[in-house]
Amino acid sequence: MNDRRKVDLTRGVKGRFIRDRLMTVVFTGAGWFAILFIALIFVFTFREALPIFTDPEVSKEANLHEFFVKRVEGETIEQQFVWQPVGEVPKFSFIPLILGTLKATFVGLLFACPIGVAAALFSSEFAPPKLREWIKPTIELLAGIPSVVLGFFALLVLASWLQNTFGFTYRLNAWNAGLALGIALLPVVFTISEDGMSSVPRHYREGSLALGASRFQTAWKVVLPAALPAVFASFVLAFGRAIGETMILLMAGGNAAITSFSLSDPLRTLSATIAAELGEVVFGDPHYSALFFMGTLLFVLTFVSNSAGQWVIGRMQRRMQGES
Amino acid sequence: MNVTTINMSAGDRQSEERATKIHEEPEASPKIQVRDFNFFYGDLHVLHDIALDIPEKQVTAFIGPSGCGKSTFLRSINRMNDIIPGARARGTLMLDNQDLYAKAVDVVALRRKVGMVFQKSNPFPKSIYENVAYGLRIGGVNDRRILDDIVQTSLQRAALWDEVKDRLDSSAMALSGGQQQRLCIARALAVDPEVLLMDEPASALDPIATQKIEELVYELKSNYTIVIVTHNMQQAARVSDRTAFFMLGKLVEYDDTNTIFMNPKQKLTEDYITGRFG
Repeated sequence: MNDRRKVDLTRGVKGRFIRDRLMTVVFTGAGWFAILFIALIFVFTFREALPIFTDPEVSKEANLHEFFVKRVEGETIEQQFVWQPVGEVPKFSFIPLILGTLKATFVGLLFACPIGVAAALFSSEFAPPKLREWIKPTIELLAGIPSVVLGFFALLVLASWLQNTFGFTYRLNAWNAGLALGIALLPVVFTISEDGMSSVPRHYREGSLALGASRFQTAWKVVLPAALPAVFASFVLAFGRAIGETMILLMAGGNAAITSFSLSDPLRTLSATIAAELGEVVFGDPHYSALFFMGTLLFVLTFVSNSAGQWVIGRMQRRMQGES
Repeated sequence: MNVTTINMSAGDRQSEERATKIHEEPEASPKIQVRDFNFFYGDLHVLHDIALDIPEKQVTAFIGPSGCGKSTFLRSINRMNDIIPGARARGTLMLDNQDLYAKAVDVVALRRKVGMVFQKSNPFPKSIYENVAYGLRIGGVNDRRILDDIVQTSLQRAALWDEVKDRLDSSAMALSGGQQQRLCIARALAVDPEVLLMDEPASALDPIATQKIEELVYELKSNYTIVIVTHNMQQAARVSDRTAFFMLGKLVEYDDTNTIFMNPKQKLTEDYITGRFG
């Protein structure tokens, strides 16, 4: 009897310890590997842009002043800020491109945010369960459409329809590009908002209904505010996606780098410029470095907007929990 | 009068007798009258022929083992079960002689008349003030002075005012569990209901917070008709005037709380009360 009670408590502990350590190392390594990759992308992109600061040959033509500030002679702003990288005197103003990016992003978000949130509210609060099972995967499927297909659709169908309906001078313009972009942003806004709303605890809804609120009031005044961090997160991600989106805008935007605030003018974005010009640029040219600087700029912009978004979301959540 | 007609249509001699009996009672007519009430979740028959009267401005407790249907019945009184797909009711459930399951009944108006407090305290992730004001705001009240006034009286009635009066604008989520539950009571009182349904309101609270809720229930009954579901038999004995014992979807016994606990007529009730099963 006594012998059976003697269990060796140290048996097998060494092997388990080693396995445990090994798995920890593997997972930690994989995590760091992903972070390292992102860092390396930044490093290599920025390295190609570096001559702007270090090489006097390059920085003579392509420098920060040239990108963001310099105006050439001209009466309208359209003539003053010019992106004309190839020519006798190359002009490297980022202003028209930044404006193009912002215009397309603005229209895209203007379209995708309200519709995405409304669709999410419908799906999580009003749709019968059967319809919901169907509606969610369908909208999420939109995310799987290659952007070149969306661009193609916008270029041929949407542009003609918009021009015929609203009488735009230019077939390809910010409205057209932005709406096509909005279709790509819609699933981003929808999915994340919907997940946020569905995870609002059921007892919030019951509390509201028990006070005599209608379903609509409950959705609007309780579920939506409670899901606001998720809704905001979806906007931030959609913004990041919009800034980086290339193919749709290259095809549907008209590709004219003009400094214009009008949404019915054609546009060219930062991303589309890189895509269109990087293939033919002379290696080591000021133009080459300018394009890489543009890439770095996009990278930083997305990174900053995402980080700022994360910070705001964190604050919203903490406030909701009553911590501040 | 109404009662008699309805029961005649049911064509049930027994209930006819019961109705007459109600008629003979000289006291005021009951706040809530239930006859032949059945409830279904899809094909599942969860309440069988419930018949009882809930008196006005008293506390009525529903007790019984888990799954006996007492919560379902409670939620039938303000039709909270309507939100569950496939749920349906048969029979009559009357509040002030008005059939709650009649087609013309406005559920929104009903729920303002019959407030509810849930097992898990569920304040909205808003400020304390906005939580209490919510029911008024959705009812279209936006006058700041009226809101201030009602928020204060509601919090006072729920015995929470002194603890929160200096931080009405801070989040309700920062309150303790017991305070949150009293906030939910204040929120329900703000829309001026006549009946207050409480679904195990203290089951997630510590003994001291529970005691506060029980004291509150005792005070509130002078103005409200209270129906409380509880798992805790001592609680039922402490707070209620009448007690209904449910089992397997049937109402086994319903009587004065003293009678139920001291001198139950049914063997089943006695066994449950004495803890022979549960």
